[in-house]
Amino acid sequence: MAKNTDKNSYTIIFAIVMVVVVGSLLAGVAQGLKSKITLNERYEKMQNILYAMGVNDNEGEGDVTFVPTDKVEETFHKYIKQQLVIQGDDVTENEEAYLIDLKKEETKAKDSNYKRRLPLFIGEKDGETIYVIPMRGKGLWDAIWGFVALDKSFTVQGVFFDHKGETPGLGAEIKQRYFMDDFKGEAILDNDVFKGITVAKGNNDPINENKMDNKVDAIAGATITGNGVTAMIKKDVRMYLPYLKSLNN
Amino acid sequence: MGLLSKKDSKLILDPLADNNPITIQVLGICSALAITAQLKASIVMAISVMAVLGIGNVVISLMRNIIPSKIRIIVQLVVVAALVIIVDQILKAFAYSLSKELSVFIGLIITNCIIMGRFEAFALGNGPWRSFLDGIGNAAGYGLILIIVGFFRELLGSGTLLGFQVLGDPIQKTGLYAIGYENNGFMLLSPMALIIVGLIIWVQRAKNKDLIEE
Repeated sequence: MAKNTDKNSYTIIFAIVMVVVVGSLLAGVAQGLKSKITLNERYEKMQNILYAMGVNDNEGEGDVTFVPTDKVEETFHKYIKQQLVIQGDDVTENEEAYLIDLKKEETKAKDSNYKRRLPLFIGEKDGETIYVIPMRGKGLWDAIWGFVALDKSFTVQGVFFDHKGETPGLGAEIKQRYFMDDFKGEAILDNDVFKGITVAKGNNDPINENKMDNKVDAIAGATITGNGVTAMIKKDVRMYLPYLKSLNN
Repeated sequence: MGLLSKKDSKLILDPLADNNPITIQVLGICSALAITAQLKASIVMAISVMAVLGIGNVVISLMRNIIPSKIRIIVQLVVVAALVIIVDQILKAFAYSLSKELSVFIGLIITNCIIMGRFEAFALGNGPWRSFLDGIGNAAGYGLILIIVGFFRELLGSGTLLGFQVLGDPIQKTGLYAIGYENNGFMLLSPMALIIVGLIIWVQRAKNKDLIEE
């Protein structure tokens, strides 16, 4: 079968057929798996929120272990008592608040007329009320995001960080236990003034004994990711302060 | 290898040493630098590349007589990209936590020059079975170097292997750290990967003088 594969018409027809075949194949795969993927993403969000408030399967010093996916929905509803959406002075309850896309809200908020919707999760663990705040920021290469869990006295009960594409071994370490565990017990206020938590280099406190200094030890070689975490906490937690303070009064 | 003829087994064994894609052909250096800071990432990347290169080589080889030569590079790109996207979607649906861990690596496979190199140099001119063996062999050669580099970078840079602290705890000062050993943070940066690859090339050429170019 000697086909002249050099002819222009053949080349064009081949290209068209290829695009149609590959295009429909990919569309078919994406469509077929879509429902499963969205479900996985929802479970992941629930796992992350629960992780931040200390509901997880961590054992000893090892890896990050989430609540298993088959139990996550049930556990989420057991621990999270309320999901709120704060929009200016309006506070409404919303069962789907955990699905709010922070990135879209951030873009919309560039329009000064738009009041940004802020999701807040109120959980209860061992009789203590815990507020879980979602955050989103920039690392070195791409987005970083996470959740911080505060108690009534604005002390961190736990955090969770994740990233899209930080350097493995360096910036990507922000999702490791040793880094996240450091935030526990850290205060975000200093004499009632909001300070956030700074990921600090050379603060001479590698084991993090001083919990009132608003600082945790940085990861060597991950300065920009660390600064991103600092900035993310400052920027996003600050927005919730007025509401959280009003609760305490 | 009783299963394979001598010629076929050469396809697998050659790229492991005397025709290694990284140290001899100097392909795939970019990803070798980027992802070898941890041994686990190296292993995962090696396996992923093996899957994509093995299947991709077969697909290209089956299509080799109908691909118009003018747009063959585009066709090759489309095949790799489609394969990678399908793998990525399947992982997301059925092995979500694994796909989270691989995140960027899956996408990085598309940019791996070894894949395009093998499509162009081998699969376009050979049958599917031989192309498959060639793909597996080259991916194994690539993976071998990746794992060697990853081993040294993680061991000397973080004092761990696959996440386990094999040299003791650097903060509590146990094990080797008790006698004053320190991790070399420089090992975690890309330039060190280049230096390790350089050392491997040196060792390999010192052992086999035939490899030295004039």
